[in-house]
Amino acid sequence: MKQELINYILHLADNALILGQRNAEWCGHGPVLEQDIAMTNISLDLIGQARNFYQYAASLLGEGATEDTLAYLRTEREFRNCLLVEQHNGDWGQTLLRQFLISNFQQLLYTALQTHKDRQLAAIAEKSLKEVTYHLRWSSEWVIRLGDGTRESHERMLKAIDTLWRYTGELFEPAAYETACVQDGTAVSLATIKDEWQHKTGEVFSEAGLPVPENIFMLTGGKMGKHTEQMGYILAELQYLQRAYPNAQW
Amino acid sequence: MNNFLKKFYYGDIPEEQSGGQYVTKEGKSDWPLWEVFIRSKQGLDHKHVGSLHAADAAMAIENARDVYTRRMEGVSIWVVESKYVHASNPDEAGSLYEPANDKVYRHPTFYQLPDEVNKM
Repeated sequence: MKQELINYILHLADNALILGQRNAEWCGHGPVLEQDIAMTNISLDLIGQARNFYQYAASLLGEGATEDTLAYLRTEREFRNCLLVEQHNGDWGQTLLRQFLISNFQQLLYTALQTHKDRQLAAIAEKSLKEVTYHLRWSSEWVIRLGDGTRESHERMLKAIDTLWRYTGELFEPAAYETACVQDGTAVSLATIKDEWQHKTGEVFSEAGLPVPENIFMLTGGKMGKHTEQMGYILAELQYLQRAYPNAQW
Repeated sequence: MNNFLKKFYYGDIPEEQSGGQYVTKEGKSDWPLWEVFIRSKQGLDHKHVGSLHAADAAMAIENARDVYTRRMEGVSIWVVESKYVHASNPDEAGSLYEPANDKVYRHPTFYQLPDEVNKM
Protein backbone atom coordinates (compact mmCIF):
# COMPACT_ATOMS: atom_id res chain seq x y z
CA MET A 1 0.00 0.00 0.00
CA LYS A 2 2.84 2.33 0.83
CA GLN A 3 4.23 2.15 -2.70
CA GLU A 4 0.83 3.00 -4.17
CA LEU A 5 0.51 6.00 -1.90
CA ILE A 6 3.99 7.19 -2.88
CA ASN A 7 3.11 6.84 -6.55
CA TYR A 8 -0.07 8.80 -6.02
CA ILE A 9 1.78 11.61 -4.24
CA LEU A 10 4.39 11.66 -7.01
CA HIS A 11 1.60 11.88 -9.57
CA LEU A 12 0.22 14.97 -7.83
CA ALA A 13 3.70 16.44 -7.47
CA ASP A 14 4.72 15.78 -11.08
CA ASN A 15 1.55 17.41 -12.40
CA ALA A 16 2.42 20.57 -10.50
CA LEU A 17 6.14 20.55 -11.29
CA ILE A 18 5.87 19.94 -15.03
CA LEU A 19 3.11 22.51 -15.47
CA GLY A 20 5.14 24.97 -13.42
CA GLN A 21 8.17 24.31 -15.59
CA ARG A 22 6.13 24.78 -18.76
CA ASN A 23 4.61 28.04 -17.54
CA ALA A 24 8.05 29.26 -16.51
CA GLU A 25 9.05 29.23 -20.17
CA TRP A 26 6.92 32.38 -20.46
CA CYS A 27 9.14 34.22 -17.98
CA GLY A 28 10.36 37.32 -19.79
CA HIS A 29 8.23 36.50 -22.85
CA GLY A 30 4.70 37.34 -21.66
CA PRO A 31 2.51 39.47 -23.94
CA VAL A 32 2.58 42.36 -21.47
CA LEU A 33 4.56 42.91 -18.30
CA GLU A 34 1.55 42.42 -16.02
CA GLN A 35 0.68 39.04 -17.53
CA ASP A 36 4.29 37.98 -17.58
CA ILE A 37 4.34 38.46 -13.81
CA ALA A 38 0.96 36.75 -13.41
CA MET A 39 2.23 33.71 -15.29
CA THR A 40 5.45 33.62 -13.29
CA ASN A 41 3.46 33.82 -10.05
CA ILE A 42 1.37 30.83 -11.10
CA SER A 43 4.50 28.98 -12.04
CA LEU A 44 6.01 29.60 -8.61
CA ASP A 45 2.75 28.57 -6.88
CA LEU A 46 2.81 25.27 -8.76
CA ILE A 47 6.47 24.58 -8.02
CA GLY A 48 5.75 25.34 -4.36
CA GLN A 49 2.92 22.79 -4.38
CA ALA A 50 5.20 20.27 -6.06
CA ARG A 51 7.81 20.79 -3.33
CA ASN A 52 5.29 20.04 -0.59
CA PHE A 53 4.23 16.82 -2.29
CA TYR A 54 7.83 15.78 -3.03
CA GLN A 55 8.91 16.40 0.56
CA TYR A 56 6.09 14.19 1.79
CA ALA A 57 6.90 11.47 -0.76
CA ALA A 58 10.59 11.65 0.18
CA SER A 59 9.78 11.22 3.86
CA LEU A 60 7.82 8.04 3.05
CA LEU A 61 10.51 6.77 0.71
CA GLY A 62 13.46 7.23 3.05
CA GLU A 63 16.78 5.88 1.78
CA GLY A 64 18.21 9.34 1.17
CA ALA A 65 15.39 10.53 -1.08
CA THR A 66 14.79 14.28 -1.01
CA GLU A 67 12.57 16.67 -2.93
CA ASP A 68 15.60 17.37 -5.13
CA THR A 69 16.38 13.76 -5.99
CA LEU A 70 12.74 13.24 -6.89
CA ALA A 71 12.58 16.27 -9.17
CA TYR A 72 16.06 16.13 -10.69
CA LEU A 73 17.18 12.53 -10.73
CA ARG A 74 14.22 10.50 -11.91
CA THR A 75 13.97 9.46 -15.53
CA GLU A 76 11.13 10.15 -17.92
CA ARG A 77 9.39 6.82 -17.31
CA GLU A 78 9.37 7.47 -13.58
CA PHE A 79 7.39 10.69 -13.93
CA ARG A 80 3.66 10.22 -13.43
CA ASN A 81 2.24 13.53 -14.58
CA CYS A 82 -0.68 13.46 -16.99
CA LEU A 83 0.00 14.27 -20.63
CA LEU A 84 -1.92 17.55 -20.56
CA VAL A 85 0.62 19.42 -18.42
CA GLU A 86 3.60 18.55 -20.61
CA GLN A 87 2.10 19.85 -23.86
CA HIS A 88 3.67 22.79 -25.68
CA ASN A 89 2.83 26.30 -24.54
CA GLY A 90 1.79 27.19 -28.08
CA ASP A 91 0.43 30.73 -28.13
CA TRP A 92 -0.92 32.61 -25.11
CA GLY A 93 -4.39 31.18 -25.74
CA GLN A 94 -3.16 27.61 -25.70
CA THR A 95 -1.21 28.16 -22.48
CA LEU A 96 -4.27 29.76 -20.94
CA LEU A 97 -6.56 26.97 -21.98
CA ARG A 98 -4.19 24.34 -20.59
CA GLN A 99 -4.07 26.27 -17.33
CA PHE A 100 -7.85 26.50 -17.19
CA LEU A 101 -8.39 22.78 -17.86
CA ILE A 102 -5.89 21.74 -15.21
CA SER A 103 -6.78 24.42 -12.63
CA ASN A 104 -10.41 23.41 -12.89
CA PHE A 105 -9.31 19.84 -12.22
CA GLN A 106 -6.91 20.69 -9.40
CA GLN A 107 -9.48 22.88 -7.67
CA LEU A 108 -11.99 20.03 -7.47
CA LEU A 109 -9.32 17.50 -6.61
CA TYR A 110 -7.79 19.53 -3.78
CA THR A 111 -11.20 20.45 -2.40
CA ALA A 112 -12.08 16.77 -2.15
CA LEU A 113 -8.63 15.77 -0.92
CA GLN A 114 -8.98 18.04 2.13
CA THR A 115 -11.46 15.63 3.70
CA HIS A 116 -9.60 12.40 2.93
CA LYS A 117 -7.90 10.42 5.60
CA ASP A 118 -4.22 11.15 4.93
CA ARG A 119 -3.71 14.26 7.08
CA GLN A 120 -0.53 15.37 5.35
CA LEU A 121 -2.12 15.23 1.89
CA ALA A 122 -5.18 17.00 3.23
CA ALA A 123 -3.02 19.77 4.66
CA ILE A 124 -1.10 20.27 1.40
CA ALA A 125 -4.39 20.31 -0.49
CA GLU A 126 -5.82 22.93 1.83
CA LYS A 127 -2.76 25.15 1.44
CA SER A 128 -2.68 24.76 -2.34
CA LEU A 129 -6.38 25.34 -2.79
CA LYS A 130 -6.22 29.10 -2.27
CA GLU A 131 -3.61 29.41 -5.00
CA VAL A 132 -5.43 27.11 -7.38
CA THR A 133 -8.70 28.96 -6.84
CA TYR A 134 -7.01 32.12 -8.09
CA HIS A 135 -5.43 30.26 -11.03
CA LEU A 136 -8.88 29.06 -12.00
CA ARG A 137 -10.41 32.51 -11.71
CA TRP A 138 -7.58 34.09 -13.73
CA SER A 139 -7.54 31.46 -16.47
CA SER A 140 -11.36 31.32 -16.73
CA GLU A 141 -11.46 35.06 -17.35
CA TRP A 142 -8.81 34.76 -20.02
CA VAL A 143 -10.56 31.89 -21.78
CA ILE A 144 -13.72 34.02 -21.86
CA ARG A 145 -11.84 37.13 -23.01
CA LEU A 146 -10.13 35.35 -25.86
CA GLY A 147 -13.02 33.08 -26.85
CA ASP A 148 -15.40 36.03 -26.88
CA GLY A 149 -12.80 38.50 -28.17
CA THR A 150 -11.80 39.21 -31.74
CA ARG A 151 -12.19 36.85 -34.66
CA GLU A 152 -8.50 35.99 -34.46
CA SER A 153 -8.52 35.31 -30.70
CA HIS A 154 -11.62 33.14 -31.13
CA GLU A 155 -9.99 31.12 -33.89
CA ARG A 156 -6.85 30.66 -31.84
CA MET A 157 -8.92 29.34 -28.94
CA LEU A 158 -10.65 26.87 -31.28
CA LYS A 159 -7.25 25.68 -32.40
CA ALA A 160 -6.07 25.38 -28.79
CA ILE A 161 -9.13 23.27 -27.91
CA ASP A 162 -8.41 21.12 -30.94
CA THR A 163 -4.82 20.62 -29.74
CA LEU A 164 -5.47 20.01 -26.04
CA TRP A 165 -8.87 18.41 -25.64
CA ARG A 166 -7.58 14.93 -26.48
CA TYR A 167 -5.49 15.00 -23.28
CA THR A 168 -8.39 15.78 -20.92
CA GLY A 169 -9.74 12.23 -20.81
CA GLU A 170 -6.69 11.05 -18.93
CA LEU A 171 -7.49 13.35 -16.00
CA PHE A 172 -10.42 11.11 -15.07
CA GLU A 173 -8.94 7.72 -15.86
CA PRO A 174 -7.46 6.34 -12.64
CA ALA A 175 -4.10 4.61 -12.72
CA ALA A 176 -3.73 1.32 -10.84
CA TYR A 177 -2.01 2.99 -7.86
CA GLU A 178 -4.77 5.59 -7.78
CA THR A 179 -7.53 2.98 -7.64
CA ALA A 180 -5.72 1.25 -4.78
CA CYS A 181 -5.47 4.53 -2.88
CA VAL A 182 -9.13 5.33 -3.51
CA GLN A 183 -10.08 1.99 -1.98
CA ASP A 184 -7.82 2.78 0.95
CA GLY A 185 -9.48 6.17 1.40
CA THR A 186 -6.38 8.27 0.74
CA ALA A 187 -7.05 9.32 -2.87
CA VAL A 188 -9.93 11.18 -4.48
CA SER A 189 -12.20 9.07 -6.66
CA LEU A 190 -12.03 10.78 -10.04
CA ALA A 191 -15.55 9.70 -10.92
CA THR A 192 -16.85 11.93 -8.14
CA ILE A 193 -15.39 15.12 -9.59
CA LYS A 194 -15.79 14.45 -13.30
CA ASP A 195 -19.34 15.80 -13.61
CA GLU A 196 -18.47 19.00 -11.84
CA TRP A 197 -15.39 19.48 -14.01
CA GLN A 198 -17.47 19.05 -17.15
CA HIS A 199 -20.10 21.39 -15.80
CA LYS A 200 -17.62 24.17 -15.00
CA THR A 201 -15.79 23.71 -18.30
CA GLY A 202 -19.07 23.85 -20.17
CA GLU A 203 -20.08 26.99 -18.29
CA VAL A 204 -16.87 28.86 -19.12
CA PHE A 205 -16.77 27.62 -22.71
CA SER A 206 -20.38 28.66 -23.25
CA GLU A 207 -19.69 32.15 -21.89
CA ALA A 208 -16.64 32.28 -24.17
CA GLY A 209 -18.69 31.15 -27.17
CA LEU A 210 -16.53 28.06 -27.57
CA PRO A 211 -17.80 24.55 -28.34
CA VAL A 212 -17.16 21.62 -25.99
CA PRO A 213 -15.82 18.85 -28.25
CA GLU A 214 -17.60 15.51 -28.26
CA ASN A 215 -16.50 12.00 -29.17
CA ILE A 216 -12.81 12.83 -29.30
CA PHE A 217 -10.33 9.99 -29.04
CA MET A 218 -8.44 10.50 -25.79
CA LEU A 219 -4.71 9.93 -25.39
CA THR A 220 -3.50 8.49 -22.09
CA GLY A 221 -0.39 6.99 -20.54
CA GLY A 222 1.34 9.81 -18.68
CA LYS A 223 0.17 8.68 -15.28
CA MET A 224 1.83 5.33 -15.94
CA GLY A 225 5.05 6.92 -17.19
CA LYS A 226 4.37 6.73 -20.91
CA HIS A 227 4.79 10.29 -22.06
CA THR A 228 4.55 12.25 -25.28
CA GLU A 229 7.73 13.27 -27.06
CA GLN A 230 7.66 16.65 -25.30
CA MET A 231 8.55 15.19 -21.93
CA GLY A 232 12.18 14.36 -22.76
CA TYR A 233 12.88 17.93 -23.77
CA ILE A 234 11.30 19.30 -20.61
CA LEU A 235 13.41 17.05 -18.40
CA ALA A 236 16.54 17.79 -20.42
CA GLU A 237 16.15 21.45 -19.56
CA LEU A 238 14.87 20.92 -16.03
CA GLN A 239 17.51 18.39 -15.00
CA TYR A 240 20.48 19.55 -17.08
CA LEU A 241 22.46 21.12 -14.27
CA GLN A 242 22.20 18.19 -11.86
CA ARG A 243 22.94 15.70 -14.62
CA ALA A 244 25.94 17.59 -15.97
CA TYR A 245 27.31 18.62 -12.56
CA PRO A 246 26.08 16.04 -10.02
CA ASN A 247 25.52 17.48 -6.53
CA ALA A 248 26.17 21.03 -7.70
CA GLN A 249 25.09 23.55 -5.06
CA TRP A 250 24.14 27.20 -5.30
CA MET B 1 4.19 59.90 -38.93
CA ASN B 2 1.60 62.41 -37.89
CA ASN B 3 2.59 62.21 -34.25
CA PHE B 4 3.45 65.63 -32.98
CA LEU B 5 4.52 66.48 -29.49
CA LYS B 6 1.89 68.01 -27.31
CA LYS B 7 2.28 68.73 -23.66
CA PHE B 8 -0.08 67.08 -21.23
CA TYR B 9 0.10 66.84 -17.50
CA TYR B 10 -0.07 63.42 -15.95
CA GLY B 11 -3.50 61.87 -16.22
CA ASP B 12 -5.21 65.11 -17.19
CA ILE B 13 -6.01 64.45 -20.81
CA PRO B 14 -9.45 65.71 -21.76
CA GLU B 15 -10.12 63.99 -25.08
CA GLU B 16 -7.89 61.00 -24.64
CA GLN B 17 -9.90 57.76 -24.45
CA SER B 18 -7.18 55.28 -23.79
CA GLY B 19 -5.87 56.44 -20.43
CA GLY B 20 -2.75 58.43 -19.83
CA GLN B 21 -1.05 57.62 -23.08
CA TYR B 22 -0.95 60.05 -25.91
CA VAL B 23 1.74 58.91 -28.30
CA THR B 24 1.41 55.17 -28.89
CA LYS B 25 2.85 52.81 -31.43
CA GLU B 26 -0.30 50.89 -32.22
CA GLY B 27 -3.00 53.28 -31.10
CA LYS B 28 -6.21 51.57 -30.17
CA SER B 29 -4.76 48.11 -29.58
CA ASP B 30 -2.99 49.31 -26.43
CA TRP B 31 -4.64 48.86 -23.07
CA PRO B 32 -5.42 51.92 -20.96
CA LEU B 33 -3.35 52.88 -17.98
CA TRP B 34 -4.66 52.41 -14.43
CA GLU B 35 -3.49 53.81 -11.12
CA VAL B 36 -3.26 51.30 -8.28
CA PHE B 37 -3.96 51.96 -4.60
CA ILE B 38 -3.25 49.33 -1.96
CA ARG B 39 -4.30 49.14 1.67
CA SER B 40 -1.53 47.38 3.52
CA LYS B 41 -3.68 46.40 6.51
CA GLN B 42 -7.09 46.93 7.98
CA GLY B 43 -7.61 50.42 9.34
CA LEU B 44 -4.98 52.13 7.20
CA ASP B 45 -5.60 54.22 4.10
CA HIS B 46 -5.22 53.00 0.56
CA LYS B 47 -1.91 54.32 -0.74
CA HIS B 48 -0.87 54.91 -4.31
CA VAL B 49 1.69 52.27 -5.27
CA GLY B 50 2.05 52.60 -9.02
CA SER B 51 0.30 52.06 -12.31
CA LEU B 52 -0.26 49.32 -14.85
CA HIS B 53 -2.01 48.49 -18.11
CA ALA B 54 -5.23 46.48 -18.32
CA ALA B 55 -8.18 46.11 -20.67
CA ASP B 56 -10.83 46.72 -18.00
CA ALA B 57 -11.33 47.12 -14.27
CA ALA B 58 -11.50 43.40 -13.52
CA MET B 59 -8.23 42.78 -15.30
CA ALA B 60 -6.68 45.83 -13.63
CA ILE B 61 -7.46 44.43 -10.18
CA GLU B 62 -6.04 41.02 -11.07
CA ASN B 63 -2.96 42.60 -12.59
CA ALA B 64 -2.53 44.74 -9.49
CA ARG B 65 -2.81 41.63 -7.35
CA ASP B 66 -0.10 39.95 -9.40
CA VAL B 67 2.21 42.94 -9.75
CA TYR B 68 1.84 44.75 -6.42
CA THR B 69 0.81 42.22 -3.75
CA ARG B 70 3.31 39.43 -4.35
CA ARG B 71 5.09 40.07 -1.06
CA MET B 72 2.06 40.39 1.20
CA GLU B 73 1.80 44.14 0.66
CA GLY B 74 -1.94 44.39 0.86
CA VAL B 75 -5.41 43.37 1.95
CA SER B 76 -7.40 45.58 -0.41
CA ILE B 77 -6.93 47.03 -3.89
CA TRP B 78 -8.42 50.07 -5.60
CA VAL B 79 -7.83 50.85 -9.25
CA VAL B 80 -8.83 53.94 -11.16
CA GLU B 81 -8.21 54.69 -14.79
CA SER B 82 -5.43 57.23 -15.03
CA LYS B 83 -7.43 59.48 -17.31
CA TYR B 84 -9.80 60.21 -14.44
CA VAL B 85 -6.99 61.53 -12.27
CA HIS B 86 -6.68 65.28 -12.60
CA ALA B 87 -3.43 66.81 -11.53
CA SER B 88 -2.31 70.25 -10.50
CA ASN B 89 -0.14 72.07 -13.00
CA PRO B 90 3.58 71.97 -12.12
CA ASP B 91 4.02 75.37 -13.81
CA GLU B 92 1.81 76.87 -11.13
CA ALA B 93 3.74 75.37 -8.25
CA GLY B 94 5.03 78.79 -7.27
CA SER B 95 1.68 80.42 -6.78
CA LEU B 96 0.05 77.29 -5.39
CA TYR B 97 2.51 76.18 -2.74
CA GLU B 98 5.14 78.79 -2.00
CA PRO B 99 2.84 81.23 -0.19
CA ALA B 100 2.67 78.64 2.63
CA ASN B 101 6.44 78.71 3.13
CA ASP B 102 6.61 81.73 5.45
CA LYS B 103 3.48 81.03 7.45
CA VAL B 104 4.86 78.85 10.21
CA TYR B 105 2.05 79.98 12.50
CA ARG B 106 -0.22 77.58 10.61
CA HIS B 107 1.60 74.64 12.17
CA PRO B 108 0.25 73.56 15.53
CA THR B 109 3.70 73.77 17.10
CA PHE B 110 3.04 76.62 19.51
CA TYR B 111 1.26 74.56 22.13
CA GLN B 112 2.49 72.52 25.05
CA LEU B 113 0.95 69.11 24.48
CA PRO B 114 0.05 66.97 27.49
CA ASP B 115 2.01 63.67 27.57
CA GLU B 116 -1.21 61.70 27.14
CA VAL B 117 -1.56 63.06 23.62
CA ASN B 118 1.23 61.14 21.94
CA LYS B 119 -0.05 60.69 18.43
CA MET B 120 0.30 64.26 17.12
